[in-house]
Amino acid sequence: MARVVLDRVTKKFGEVAAVNDVSLTVFDREFLVLVGPSGCGKSTILRLVAGLEDVSSGEIRVGDGLVNDVAPKDRDIAMVFQNYALYPHMSVFDNLAFSLKLRRVPKQQIRQRVQQTAATLGLEGLLERKPKQLSGGQRQRVALGRAIVREPQVFLMDEPLSNLDAQLRVQTRAELIKLHRRLEATVIYVTHDQVEAMTMGSRIAVMRDGVLQQMDTPTGLYDRPANMFVAGFIGSPSMNFLSGRLERHNGSLQVTAGDLVLDLPPERAAGADSANTQEVVVGVRPEDVQPAASLVPNGHRPINASVDVVEHMGNEKFVYLSLANASLVARIDVSCPASAGENLPVVVDAGKIHLFHPATEEAIF
Amino acid sequence: MQLELPATSLPSAGLQSLRFRVTAGRFAYGLLLILPSLVFLLPFTVWPAIKVVVSSLFLADIAHPQPSFIGLGNFAAEFGNEVFWQVMRNTVLFAGFTVPLSIGLALLLAVEVNKKLRLVGVFRTALFYPTILPTVGAAAIWLFVYAPGLGLADRFLGLFGSYDHNWLGDPALVLPALMVMMIWKQTGYFMVFYLAGLQGLPQEVFEAAALDGARGWRMLRSLTIPLLSGTTVFVSTIALIDSFQTVDQLFILTQGGPNNASNLLLFWLYQEGFRNFNFGRASAVTVIMMALLLAVSLVNYRQLDRAAHYES
Repeated sequence: MARVVLDRVTKKFGEVAAVNDVSLTVFDREFLVLVGPSGCGKSTILRLVAGLEDVSSGEIRVGDGLVNDVAPKDRDIAMVFQNYALYPHMSVFDNLAFSLKLRRVPKQQIRQRVQQTAATLGLEGLLERKPKQLSGGQRQRVALGRAIVREPQVFLMDEPLSNLDAQLRVQTRAELIKLHRRLEATVIYVTHDQVEAMTMGSRIAVMRDGVLQQMDTPTGLYDRPANMFVAGFIGSPSMNFLSGRLERHNGSLQVTAGDLVLDLPPERAAGADSANTQEVVVGVRPEDVQPAASLVPNGHRPINASVDVVEHMGNEKFVYLSLANASLVARIDVSCPASAGENLPVVVDAGKIHLFHPATEEAIF
Repeated sequence: MQLELPATSLPSAGLQSLRFRVTAGRFAYGLLLILPSLVFLLPFTVWPAIKVVVSSLFLADIAHPQPSFIGLGNFAAEFGNEVFWQVMRNTVLFAGFTVPLSIGLALLLAVEVNKKLRLVGVFRTALFYPTILPTVGAAAIWLFVYAPGLGLADRFLGLFGSYDHNWLGDPALVLPALMVMMIWKQTGYFMVFYLAGLQGLPQEVFEAAALDGARGWRMLRSLTIPLLSGTTVFVSTIALIDSFQTVDQLFILTQGGPNNASNLLLFWLYQEGFRNFNFGRASAVTVIMMALLLAVSLVNYRQLDRAAHYES
């Protein structure tokens, strides 16, 4: 197993930089998730590491070696493609055995390793079938098996679950995590699904327009997003953004956004002061907006809101609220009564709000 | 169509005629839909085909202006004719070499011009260009290529010290010489089909194979060729039919000579009909040729069905 290092990597297609000056390190045996919207460059990074594309500038190292000019087959990397890319004319056995045959592994050993891999993935009964005769989930496992059977240093996975139905996706997600633990492999996993990213990654790298936005653990990203993009991308429903002002009031720093007036805790005040701006964007996670009845901490002023829509999720509900000149989403307990058209006074936890610079969109800590 | 009538007042004959009218109506509707094709196929394809089968059973040469029925006599005469067998042998040899060679070459060229190379458009055009030349015109060019001692072929071989071959006059060289021209003429055409086939293949499969360690010849053998098998069946059917129907260049280049060394089935058919004026025998050769082509196409299309499952 090995670590993977990208050092100031740029990839241009014509004039467009699909990947722009990205530096990141994937540790040995780490499960790193690259996440971002379509076209953010995450798949391109994977293809650069695999050697399917050449970098325009920068260095890629796998293990201890620089691989910029190493052919894909010599990088000791396996990739799982989004649409599986199985060899349609070969049986499952031959799909798994192909790379071993090319590496002139003895026949006996090929048979053994293929069967072992098939057993790991529950494919034993399917070895004689052609890909066309398999279900989506089975194809996905064959694609995974084709990567595993080679015992490579690094696994690259390009949205491997996106072609599965919702239920199977959740199930396979858990299986992949278990598999990663068993194989003790370095994995770089690309997805646009932030739930997948949060549940699978030991660390997550968030990309946008070819630029790495932030790289941290799932909780790190969730609790301390570096900018508004990351804050909005991670978490569902998305973080609420309200434009507000910082004002000094009786010695303490207050943030005002419409009806919402919050006293900033002293430990936040220093950072807010140094940001050197009065205008701010206030970010509030939906779970930090709660009905006033359930929680009235001292110093928090309830604000009036009217309920537009209620989404029942079973274990909780999402309430879409209208304020005087803003709107908010709240994630509240099922037991709290709320129905469309009613008034619902809410409070916002001042200790948990996020502040962003309105021009740069960077977080103010 | 259900009519609410008392059962007693509906004689079974009436019901039958109603059913008949409904079926006949649908039949007429269907007939109407295929009418435009029928108008052309019946008089120009189906009727001549029937006519030629019938006339193959009649003695009809210049000495017998009034045809008389002789059963399979024309077939027997052809099968007993040494020239017919030489023509058949030539035709099979011609097809046996030109079809696999031009297809193989077309595939290799298609793989090359499918790469992102500079000037790839120029190469594609240059390779396709023989296809758009009329065969008669192309043959006239090759007459110069094969001119003994002076032509391009001999000039080229002269570089290696061997020249002055009578390409089109030597029974040993004439058929290979025609094959070379046929391959030159056809390869670009087949290349275009392979190019289209290649561009329809999923790119990721090849990328997966590259990561698995395949490249060059191995990639071609294990992936490209099997994945293109549908195209191959289609192209080989066309190639076979074309090679059986080779006639234009024979007019210009050899007239089937010397001593029938380059005579092929369609030219022989022409000679039987319009040189020997034996229409019965010419019809028999036509029937033999139709049967051969039909058999070849059937076998090929069965394979096409089997190959279709590769495209998942």
